[in-house]
Amino acid sequence: MSQTPPTTQRTTLFEKIWHSHLVRDESLASGDGAPAILYIDLHLVHEVTSPQAFTELKQRGLKVRRPDLCLATIDHSTPTTPADANGEYHYITEQAKEQVETLYRNCAEQGLVLHGWDSPHRGIVHVMGPEMGATQPGMTIVCGDSHTATHGAFGALAFGIGTTEVGHVLATQCLLQRKPQTLGIKVEGELNPGVTAKDVILHIIGKIGVDGGTGCVIEYHGSTIRDMDMESRMTLCNMSIECGARAGMVAPDQTTFDYLQGRTMAPAGDNWKKAVSYWRTLQTDEGASFDTLVEVNAAEIEPSVTWGTNPGMVIGIRDRVPNDASAGTQEALQYMQLQGGSEISGQPVNMVFIGSCTNSRISDLRSAASIFAGRKVAAGTRVMIVAGSEATKKQAEAEGLHRIFIDAGAEWREPGCSMCIGMNGDIGQPGDLVVSTSNRNFKGRQGRDVRTILASPLTAAACAVTGHITDPRTLLPESAHSTMEARA
Amino acid sequence: MSTAGTFTTHTYNLPIENIDTDQIIPAQFLTTTERVGLGKFCFYNWRYQPNGTPKDEHPLKEFDRDQHSVIVAGTNFGCGSSREHAPWALLDMGVKAVISSRFADIFRNNSLKNGLLPITVSDEVADWLLQHPGVEIEVNIPATKFSVAGLGEIEFPLDSFPAYCLSQGIDQLDFLLRHEKDISAHEQRQPW
Repeated sequence: MSQTPPTTQRTTLFEKIWHSHLVRDESLASGDGAPAILYIDLHLVHEVTSPQAFTELKQRGLKVRRPDLCLATIDHSTPTTPADANGEYHYITEQAKEQVETLYRNCAEQGLVLHGWDSPHRGIVHVMGPEMGATQPGMTIVCGDSHTATHGAFGALAFGIGTTEVGHVLATQCLLQRKPQTLGIKVEGELNPGVTAKDVILHIIGKIGVDGGTGCVIEYHGSTIRDMDMESRMTLCNMSIECGARAGMVAPDQTTFDYLQGRTMAPAGDNWKKAVSYWRTLQTDEGASFDTLVEVNAAEIEPSVTWGTNPGMVIGIRDRVPNDASAGTQEALQYMQLQGGSEISGQPVNMVFIGSCTNSRISDLRSAASIFAGRKVAAGTRVMIVAGSEATKKQAEAEGLHRIFIDAGAEWREPGCSMCIGMNGDIGQPGDLVVSTSNRNFKGRQGRDVRTILASPLTAAACAVTGHITDPRTLLPESAHSTMEARA
Repeated sequence: MSTAGTFTTHTYNLPIENIDTDQIIPAQFLTTTERVGLGKFCFYNWRYQPNGTPKDEHPLKEFDRDQHSVIVAGTNFGCGSSREHAPWALLDMGVKAVISSRFADIFRNNSLKNGLLPITVSDEVADWLLQHPGVEIEVNIPATKFSVAGLGEIEFPLDSFPAYCLSQGIDQLDFLLRHEKDISAHEQRQPW
């Protein structure tokens, strides 16, 4: 740790990264009023938000400036069913197939590395980047995808951008950005048994609301965050956009370095030592302040679920759904076919989805498997389990987790975004109640008139085996359960 | 901004909070590799049955692209994903500006880069407009204000940089490309 600087120089983690990436500061004085020009260290690219940007470059006769700082994959439009006997993948539409083929062509023309069908690393862009060690502390990372905030778990400044900005980064490796505000979210204390990072972030969004972070970069800190492993931190940062924040971040520490060491794209040898000594400086100075600070007591967090049609409509799993007269509540209750004031527990579940850039990593799959082990999926409930990447899928299979899922009666599918966005045809039937480990419960997100309830992998697995909304603590091993009862 | 100058139109109200990008343009229409032609899919699930036949009742039933170039919406418009398809679809449907008391950051950025004007107003102004559907409105972009009979003249914040780019006859990518030397200099620096 460096010595504490004087008050005037005390800065947050966000400010340190922001300042070290300024190609040109905001220039309100110079007459053009331009935002800051921010250098981007890693540009993640996928098939959905990039084609129009590549077209723009082509029309202007521009080349990609730094193909070596881009990393591309296919995840959104791709089927999660295996290739047929001829090696052909069956896309939902010809247009979806064409979109994937367009990315192949664009990457080949411009010299980008693409982890396509034949790559052992292919996966959801926000699962693949960290897994390969491409995501590192202190970096600026962007992607044409709002869940890019995931990478902030490593102490990077990572945020989603639109397609025009994808073009800016391809052509110049830079973005024009106004400096956001900072929001500190401090979580202190030990999490109760059965409570995971997903419950923490749902609880936070429920507390500050779907626009509580608009205009801000969040830094999550406090003892609860320190105690989290990297995959939990990724789950936490992933959903920062669901309270409107551009980015979420966690200062890097030994947990971060241990996760990264030895990964394909992580620095090695002398570079590793140099990198770690730099990464250790990436902390918010003691005494530095956030524009806004929110404090959360970990002990108050229950396994949490959404009951409505945005990710801020959150309750504890033992709570009753709200019954206030506001238009928002009444409309959400109507869409969700829920009675105001009724218990969420016990609602019949048609489908369960375990996957997405929020919760499809190996720890999520292990967590779900702990519930499925020795149990069966409830009759009439369909369960889709989709690993976040080829590497995660391989690891899960090496541990035998897929056998647990398949034996229970769940579908074990190929990696991709799948039912989180439903672009590839993985969707529910109209009216279905779907318990999903993904990040958005917007109307129609998982299929027309599908009712989505967001939950942790533990809760989702518990719902799968009972066929109704279930507190996962009732299915945990006896020791954890009795600890919880003793506390209650 | 390509929507330069002044225009007069009528407002069309969507008095719904937190209208997300999945409502504006559902994900099944994102497999396109073009920017154009998305207007027919804008608010698709609101306007059409699953089999593609129009619904009898829906929030956009009275929307007429020749009459309504300004949508007034509940707070936190455009929350959710980074899909630039959302402003592309709204523009293609004939919308030139959206008025709300709050916009999601990425949606606002994407809109400004495509000539769709996000007009942020106070809660009071938003409430007044939501209570007075279909009023005539004159939007003056260079003066960053709009006027409505009965409400008066309302100034709105607008980043001055797009106006600077317009005055120079360049867009934001051109501006970045002009800083090639600064970018190259930055690339010589090593954090560790």
